[in-house]
Amino acid sequence: MATLNQLVIGASIGAVLLLIALGLTFTFGQMGVINMAHGEFIMAGAYTAYLLQPVFGAQAVPAAIPVAFAVGGVLGLILERLAIRHFYGRPLDTLLLTWGVSLVLQQVARDIFGAPNVQVRAPGWLTGGLDLGGVRLPYNRIFIMLLAAACVFGIWAYLSKLRHGRRMRAVMQNRQLAAVSGVATGRVDQLTFFIGSGLAGVAGVALTLIGPVGPTLGTNYIVDAFLVVVAGGLGQLRGAVIAAFALGILNSFVEFWVDNGASFAKVVLFAVIIAFLQFRPQGMFVVRTRGLA
Amino acid sequence: MTAPQVAATGRWRGRVAGPVLFLVVALLFLAAPNLLSPFRLDLLGKYLCFAIVAVGIALAWGRGGMLTLGQGVFFGLGGYAMGMHLKLREAGPGGLPDFMVWSGVESLPAIWRPFANPVFALAMAVLLPVTVAVLLGLLVFRQRVRGAYFAVLSQALAAAFVILLVGQQGLTGGTNGLTNFQFFFGLDLYDPADKRLLYLVVVLALGATFLIAWQLGHSRFGKLLVAIRDGEDRVRFLGYDPAVVKTITFAISAGMAGLAGALFVPMVGLLSPANLGIVASLELLVGVAIGGRYSLAGAVGGALLVNYAKTVFSEESADNWIYLQGAMFIAVMIWAPRGLAGLLADGRALVRRRRRTRSPVTSDQPAGAADPPVATTPAASAPEPSEVAR
Repeated sequence: MATLNQLVIGASIGAVLLLIALGLTFTFGQMGVINMAHGEFIMAGAYTAYLLQPVFGAQAVPAAIPVAFAVGGVLGLILERLAIRHFYGRPLDTLLLTWGVSLVLQQVARDIFGAPNVQVRAPGWLTGGLDLGGVRLPYNRIFIMLLAAACVFGIWAYLSKLRHGRRMRAVMQNRQLAAVSGVATGRVDQLTFFIGSGLAGVAGVALTLIGPVGPTLGTNYIVDAFLVVVAGGLGQLRGAVIAAFALGILNSFVEFWVDNGASFAKVVLFAVIIAFLQFRPQGMFVVRTRGLA
Repeated sequence: MTAPQVAATGRWRGRVAGPVLFLVVALLFLAAPNLLSPFRLDLLGKYLCFAIVAVGIALAWGRGGMLTLGQGVFFGLGGYAMGMHLKLREAGPGGLPDFMVWSGVESLPAIWRPFANPVFALAMAVLLPVTVAVLLGLLVFRQRVRGAYFAVLSQALAAAFVILLVGQQGLTGGTNGLTNFQFFFGLDLYDPADKRLLYLVVVLALGATFLIAWQLGHSRFGKLLVAIRDGEDRVRFLGYDPAVVKTITFAISAGMAGLAGALFVPMVGLLSPANLGIVASLELLVGVAIGGRYSLAGAVGGALLVNYAKTVFSEESADNWIYLQGAMFIAVMIWAPRGLAGLLADGRALVRRRRRTRSPVTSDQPAGAADPPVATTPAASAPEPSEVAR
C-alpha cells in the first residue's frame, strides 16, 4: 500500500516535471536555446494565481491556468525578441544570457512580492482525496496529472493535426530545408517560444497546489526538468512523457525506501541518468539524421 | 619603420611583453600585504582563490569548449577535504569536531579518519576532484555527450552534491558547513602576520596554476584541445581520441578548483554548501565570462573584478548587486561574448589597422602577428562549430 501511495506521489511529481519539460524540450530541440529563465516563467505563473486570488477567491487556481499561460508566453516572447534571437546557434551563450535574465526576474519578484513565500488557497473541490482500498489519491495530485495529460494531448494535437504544428516539426527536424520550403522559421520560433513559456506558466499554477510560492520556486525544478529533456531526447514528446514519469517515480521511491533518502535521491537520479546515457547518449528517442552524432 | 623592424617588435611583444606583464602583476600581488589593511588583504586572498578556479574554467570552457556549471562541486570537494583535516586538528586526537557533537554523533565516522593525516588531506583536496572529473568525463565524453548536454549534466551534479551535503548533517555539518578554523599547518589564522603568509601561499598557487594553464595552452596538447573545440569530428577522423583529451583537461580544471577550495577554507574560515551550489558555480563563471573566456589573463582579471564589485555593491545593498550582476551578464553576452579581454584585443587590432593604413610598408606583416594566442580566439561573432553541430 505504501508502495502504491508512493507511486501516486511520484507520478504527480512526474506530471509537474512533464509540464515544465514540455516547454524546454521544444525550445531546446527546435532552437538550441537552453532557457534558464524558464524557471522564472514558472514562478510568474504561480504568482499569477496568487494575484488572481482576490478576484476569484478560492477558484483562483482554475481561473489562473489560461491567464498564466498568457503571462508566461508573453514573457517568453519578450525575451525571445529582445535577446535570444541574436543567439541562435550558440546554445551555451543562451544558457548564460538567460541565467542573467533569471537572476534579474527573481529579484524583481522579490521586490514586488517580498522574499517570504506566499500561499495560494486551493479550491474546495481539490481538497481531500479518494480512498481506494488503502491507496490515497489526493484530488490535487489527480488534478495535476489531468492537467499534464491535457497539455500533452494539446501539444500532440497541435504538432500532428494543425498546420502551424507541422511547420514547427519541420523546423525542428531540418531548419534549412523548412526555410527553403517556404516556412517562415522566425515566426515559427516565436510561436514555439510563446507556447513553451506559456506551458511553464501553467506548470507554475500547478505547483501552487503542492507547495508555497516564492521567488526561487522555479530554480528548484529547472535542473530536474533539464534532466528529463536530456533523458527523453530533444523535442520528443514521447521521450519527455516517459522520462518525466520515470524520474518522478524514481525520485519518490528513493526518498521513501532509502534511509535519509531525500539527500540521496538526487545523487541516485544523476547516476541513473549517466548510466542511461551510456546506452542512449542522445536520449530515449532520436530523430534519425545523417548528421554526425 | 622598415619591415624587419616591425617583425622584431612583433616578436618582442609576443615573447617578452607577456612574461614582463606577468612578473609585474605577480610582484604587485606579492607586495599587497604591505599596501592593504588585514581586512582588505583577506578579501583579496578570497578573490585570488576564485581566480584559481577561473583559470581552470578558462582552460575547460574557453580552450576546450566544455561549459562546466558544476565547478563548485570540485571547489567544494577540495574545500571539504581541507576543512575536515583542520577540524580534526582542532578537535585533537580522539576528539570530535564541534558540529558532530551538536548533532549527536558519538564516534568519528570512518570517512573522516584518514583526513587526520595532513599529507592525505592535501592530496585528497586535489585528487578527489580529479577522480570525480575523470569518472564523469570518461562516462560522458566517450558517449559524445557534449555542449549543452554536458552543461546541463554538470549543473545537475552540483545540485545533487549540495543536497547530499545538506542532508548528511552529522557527516558534513549540513547547511552550516564547516566553520571556526583557527590553525592551518601551524599558522594561527587569527594572527595577521600568519594570515599574510597564507595569502602569499595563495598568490604562489595562483601563479603556478596560471603558468601550468599557459604552458598547456601553448603545447601540442593545447592545440589539439582547441581543434577539438572547433571541430571534434574532424579531430576524431585524424585518429585522435577527443574523449581522452577532454577528460584530461576537465580533470586538470577540476584539480585547480579543488586546490582553490583547499586554500579558500583557511583563508575565509568557513565553507558551506552555499559556497558550492548551482548559483555559486555560476558565479564562478561570471568572472570568466566578463573577463574573457578565451584569455587566461582575462579570466583572472574578470574573477578579481567581479568579486571586488560584489563586495563593494553588497556592502551597500545585496539587491542592487543581483540586478547589476544580471545586467552585466546580459550585456557581456550580447555585446562582448569574448569579454573584456576580447574588447581589448579588438581595440588593439583597430589601432594597428589605423597605423597600417598610415604606413603601407608594414602590410607584409602577417595579420595579428603581435598577438600570440591568435589561434585560440575564434572570430568575434562566429558561432562555435562544436556547439552548433548537433
